[in-house]
Amino acid sequence: MVLKVMSSNQAIAEAVKLVKPKVIPVYPITPQTTISEYLAKYVADGDIDAEYIRVESEHSAISACLGASGTGVRVFTATSSQGLALMHEILFAAAGLRAPIVMADANRALSAPLSIWNDQQDSISERDSGWMQIYAENGQEALDSVLMSYKISENKEVLLPTMVCVDGFILTHTVDPVDVPEEEEVDKFLPDYNPEHAYLDPKRPMSIGTFTDPDYYMEARHDMEVAMEKAKTVISNVSQEFADTFGRKYDFIEKYRSEDADTIIIAMGSICSTIKDVIDELREEGEKVGLVRVRVFRPFPVEEIYDAIKGASNVGVIDKNFSFSIGGVLHNNIKSMMDVNAAGFIIGLGGRDIKPSHIKEVVEKTKNPSNKPLWIGLKEEQ
Amino acid sequence: MELPEKEFLAPGHRACAGCGATIGVRLALKMLGENTVAVSATGCLEVITTPYPETAWEIPWMHVAFENAAAVASGVESALKAQGKTDTNVVVFGGDGGTADIGLQALSGAMERGHNLIYICYDNEAYMNTGIQRSGATPYGASTTTSPHGKESFGEDKPKKNMPMIMAAHGIPYVATASISYPEDFMKKVKKAAEVDGPAYIHLQQPCTTGWGYSPAKTIELGRLAVETGSWILYEIEDGEFKVTYRPVQRKMVSEYLNAQKRFKHLSDLEKEKIQSHVDAICVELKI
Amino acid sequence: MVTIGAAVKEPGSTRKNKTGSWRTFKPILEKETCIDCENCVMFCPEGCIDKNYDIDYDYCKGCGICAEECPVKAIKMERE
Repeated sequence: MVLKVMSSNQAIAEAVKLVKPKVIPVYPITPQTTISEYLAKYVADGDIDAEYIRVESEHSAISACLGASGTGVRVFTATSSQGLALMHEILFAAAGLRAPIVMADANRALSAPLSIWNDQQDSISERDSGWMQIYAENGQEALDSVLMSYKISENKEVLLPTMVCVDGFILTHTVDPVDVPEEEEVDKFLPDYNPEHAYLDPKRPMSIGTFTDPDYYMEARHDMEVAMEKAKTVISNVSQEFADTFGRKYDFIEKYRSEDADTIIIAMGSICSTIKDVIDELREEGEKVGLVRVRVFRPFPVEEIYDAIKGASNVGVIDKNFSFSIGGVLHNNIKSMMDVNAAGFIIGLGGRDIKPSHIKEVVEKTKNPSNKPLWIGLKEEQ
Repeated sequence: MELPEKEFLAPGHRACAGCGATIGVRLALKMLGENTVAVSATGCLEVITTPYPETAWEIPWMHVAFENAAAVASGVESALKAQGKTDTNVVVFGGDGGTADIGLQALSGAMERGHNLIYICYDNEAYMNTGIQRSGATPYGASTTTSPHGKESFGEDKPKKNMPMIMAAHGIPYVATASISYPEDFMKKVKKAAEVDGPAYIHLQQPCTTGWGYSPAKTIELGRLAVETGSWILYEIEDGEFKVTYRPVQRKMVSEYLNAQKRFKHLSDLEKEKIQSHVDAICVELKI
Repeated sequence: MVTIGAAVKEPGSTRKNKTGSWRTFKPILEKETCIDCENCVMFCPEGCIDKNYDIDYDYCKGCGICAEECPVKAIKMERE
């Protein structure tokens, strides 16, 4: 194994090279842009044999993905923030047409006011679109998640698209060592995509994107929920197969020193690296603190999360997003799906720096919970 | 011209009796043949042809949304190219709203990128699927449900957006206007569009019995009156060269066309004269 | 059961829907008068007049375009 130092954006582009998509429609947006640049270069150099479409918007990027996927080929695109919001309508269509598209989202705040910096409001706002969502903690996981996502999405029991989310700048523009798997190994892990449910082939004409009346729509949407449930088994199996092949095991959640913890913090994405450092520090001081990192957000791993936190006295959930009058979405998903008292914290919106002291504040406030979600790192009124 | 017998749009679809759109699609597909993939924008055509679990299409067909047909087709064309299936035609059918209004950006992008596809705008001059609302392609003076005539209004107060010339400005190899009432002219243009390497755009005028307000039997007659009065001009632009493809022997008065439709019934003589002089100016320039 | 993504794999299946029931006027074509110009074949929105000028009344909606466009008035519209 040779480790190469690279950003998460480059790691994602390396993964795309390995999965060999036939069509890559992409539109630049900070902080996703370098993914589109790497892919353009790979295509220009002949390292990826694909049609690279320089679309005029993200809306057209995902639309072209859907058209290409409709012909039965593997596709990839990437976006961020406003771009993802512009795709919103077509995200629902992609899931509804059961197109196993894989897309990377460089998590970034939504305007207004305009911000190019990180939070997770963009992808969290698309949680009901029918896409599976994976939040990576580092470049290696971003790369591995792209590889696994195709295998999960293309599984006949699933046939739903997947969004691989990486925190903007924090992951997209910082480098860490990444093991890029060998092409032959990936070829063995990920077979060719040969769909039976959707193809635009003049020899076998079919109509995709039909108009349903109230007799059919509800079943079509329910089938997607059934597929999302089945995806849980598929994700487990694919994770195991991935571990057997590449030696790295990913689960729905990652538990960090949580087994015996009195206080458990739940979070998603790169912030978990900071939380782990703080936990190590607090453990040294004798505090029984642990972390549950939610990696797969959709399908939502209710049992896995509950099993991991049920023994703890205090649970705090950190969200880099906010639903007005409600609080953080991860926090509310947890509260609505399991019988736990969990404190909610909003942190790091629009790239607000998250320091170890903020995490310590979260731990303290988790032990003395408030009924309302607390905004951590908010400046005092002047 | 021999009319190919095979139909690629099956009957049983839910179009209004006397629909002009389905005539246009039938004729276009006869020229394109079975090795064709069609993409539709949301609109009348999409709704009437694919009421699940049925479809009227005999060829592969895809619809995603209203404004993105050209982008979806870009993906289809690129994917076919990537698979070496370059002999398959990719045709898009978008209404005037899906083309001139909400779909203009995606269409502009697709044309400028040079995808080898045929975009046919079936233009019935308003949002007919939602019940006759004004689009950018609605002509001056037309009364629609969102540009109604009234005490303070004579209906639509802006001229029709010149879509074919917007397409021509993209420098694509083939742009044409057509009418379902001149099927040979239209079908020849579809054939040319299929033969050029790169994007082709055909703007097909297609009278709508429901939206224009005339008896269903008169669909072809209305299309003919549009052309014979100079209100709709048949031309093509091949590699930048503009050519009128049909000239009426004796141009009829525009009022004959206007008076045959409910949407123009309210117009005063003064407004009709304005429309006539606008048409005259264009026709004089084009020697029609 | 709905197919995956509500795709329809049976091309031309709108044929199951007999739109002939919409009709109030029925086109009657006199073959003796017909001059084989194909106008009615071309202009039928349903595509339900074949090359032999047989009208498929299962689908004809009775719009009357064929009668209107027949240059020799070989098609008459009769109330059903």
